[in-house]
Amino acid sequence: MKELSLHVLDIVENSLRAGATEVEIKIVEDSEEDLLSIEVKDNGSGMDEETVKKVIDPFFTTRTERKVGLGIPLLSQAAKAAGGGLTIESIPGHGTTVRAWFQKSHIDLQPLGDMAKTMSALVALHPEVDFVYTHVKDDREFSLNTKDMKARLQEIPVNHPLVIDWISKFIKENLDNLNGGAE
Amino acid sequence: MMAVIKSIEELEKIREQARELINLRKDNENKTRIVVGMGTCGISAGAREVLTAILDEIKKRNLTNVIVTETGCIGMCRFEPLVDVIKPDQPKVTYVNVDPEKARQIVAKHVVNNQVIDEWVIPNI
Ligand SMILES: Nc1ncnc2c1ncn2[C@@H]1O[C@H](COP(=O)(O)OP(=O)(O)OP(=O)(O)O)[C@@H](O)[C@H]1O
Ligand code: FES
Ligand SMILES: [Mg+2]
Repeated sequence: MKELSLHVLDIVENSLRAGATEVEIKIVEDSEEDLLSIEVKDNGSGMDEETVKKVIDPFFTTRTERKVGLGIPLLSQAAKAAGGGLTIESIPGHGTTVRAWFQKSHIDLQPLGDMAKTMSALVALHPEVDFVYTHVKDDREFSLNTKDMKARLQEIPVNHPLVIDWISKFIKENLDNLNGGAE
Repeated sequence: MMAVIKSIEELEKIREQARELINLRKDNENKTRIVVGMGTCGISAGAREVLTAILDEIKKRNLTNVIVTETGCIGMCRFEPLVDVIKPDQPKVTYVNVDPEKARQIVAKHVVNNQVIDEWVIPNI
């Protein structure tokens, strides 16, 4: 995986496969602490303690097509390579929070990549799910909340091509703004 | 001067535009389905960019009779990204090792003009 935003897409896909109807994605960039963190919190089926332990070990998956789960170990590896780590908190029947953190200045930190593409892909494929994406950079932040969007759109589906295009532009512009405007 | 940042209020305008397109939709049964493989292998191989290209073509061409969905791992990682096109009353066609440019052509030729692009369809294995 070449970008952190692709890991985000992949980790959220786990949440959706676990039947989540609400997924919160939070990315925090803290220059002072030299920290970047990614948190994905869902209300899906969750896992027991035993399962959580195994999931971080690359030889575990509940899928039957292939024996090895890749998604979480890949993110864990990327985090460790950049001076960070990964934790999973999960309660069966309630949901799961996956959190990865990285040393922001680390030479091996993967680029964040295109969060606009990741979010528009998720909404396009899962219009029934409520997504909240919050991005904090030092003292500034913005968020996208598809539940609020749905209330405004009324009869227009949130995965309508024009809406998907708008989501992509909304995130791009707001991220540029967080980063101090376009270059 | 600070630029005006996009805000959720703009959705009112999008809603007006979208409504005009939605009114043109007739029967919901007769839609073409496009399915993109979004397992970890698919995502690593470029499925997100393929999906983005497909969504962009759908928007540009004002296609209102297409549904885009996903599938997880189907145990064929060396063929990812995978894209299925399922036309109403026709068998599923699976394209392998799709990239964004191929994806755009799949929409133009197969989805719109009903011409299967045989060279990119899954080989017999
Ligand atoms: N959010 C979640 N809620 C419930 N179970 C989860 C969640 N995330 C992961 N799991 C469990 O952990 C397993 C391993 O996840 P991981 O992403 O590493 O691999 P995978 O999804 O099985 O396969 P791959 O990601 O390689 O396509 C999953 O099969 C699932 O059982
Ligand atoms: S797509 Fe790679 S093994 Fe499933
Ligand atoms: Mg996974």
